[in-house]
Amino acid sequence: MDAARKSEPTPVKNPTTVERTSEREFVVTRTFDAPARIVYEAWTKPELLKQWWAPKSMGMSLLSCEADVRVGGGYRFVFGHEGSETMAFFGKYLEVVPPSRLVWTNDEGEGGQAVTTLTFEEKGDKTLLVLRERHPSKEATDEGIGFGEGLRETFGQLDELLVTLRAAR
Amino acid sequence: MVQYDGARLDVSFAALSDATRRGVLEQLGRADASITDLAERFRMTLTGIKKHVGVLEQAGLVTTEKVGRVRTCRLGPRRLEEETAWIERLHRLWDARFDALDEVVEELKQKEKTHGRSKKK
Repeated sequence: MDAARKSEPTPVKNPTTVERTSEREFVVTRTFDAPARIVYEAWTKPELLKQWWAPKSMGMSLLSCEADVRVGGGYRFVFGHEGSETMAFFGKYLEVVPPSRLVWTNDEGEGGQAVTTLTFEEKGDKTLLVLRERHPSKEATDEGIGFGEGLRETFGQLDELLVTLRAAR
Repeated sequence: MVQYDGARLDVSFAALSDATRRGVLEQLGRADASITDLAERFRMTLTGIKKHVGVLEQAGLVTTEKVGRVRTCRLGPRRLEEETAWIERLHRLWDARFDALDEVVEELKQKEKTHGRSKKK
């Protein structure tokens, strides 16, 4: 995969890398200039999660954010997206190991349950965050990042087209 | 550096939403063609086909070059593949999120520093 190439660092901020490691899994990494306990805190306190989970630059807003970060505890995030209908994301925490590991389920998908594993690796005064999201199927993986039917259809068409183009070359 | 630009992705999808334009891409996948060739093949006026080619060009899917009186069209540099688009979308989301998280983390760090200095508060 060439995800690293796609995420070259800019001078001012740490790069985010995204890699699809298989049909059913993708991995996001990012380094933060802070110790793990601080980054962990920002992931586990609802009042802090609220401040960053729905970036304004993406046209998203978080309407409500509940997170009971304990093993077996639940979370529920409700989003609005540029005036369209709201979307809820919810699930349960499976593992809670401060300040190094969080595992939770994503129960909103129709294609089955996805599981997200988040690790916080402290390196000097920085923390490497690795987020691994594993889906029950390829379709669910696409769904997991908000591909609607329309977009999937477009991609389907594009797939066919690309096959033709590649064959023709 | 690859730019993760949502607007550009929108342009690509819009370009691909039309059957004629997809046909033009398929055709150019087989061989480069002039505007006149394309107009004949798709039974369109020169103006009509130019419009479609323009949309594809805008999206980076096609490039054209004029030599003398003939404008030749070929597949553009942008290899839009599902994987790329998929990752691009995800990357945009997480990158924006983490920028916002940076700010939160910075605030927490400052708070911790202040608390550390004044010990009890």
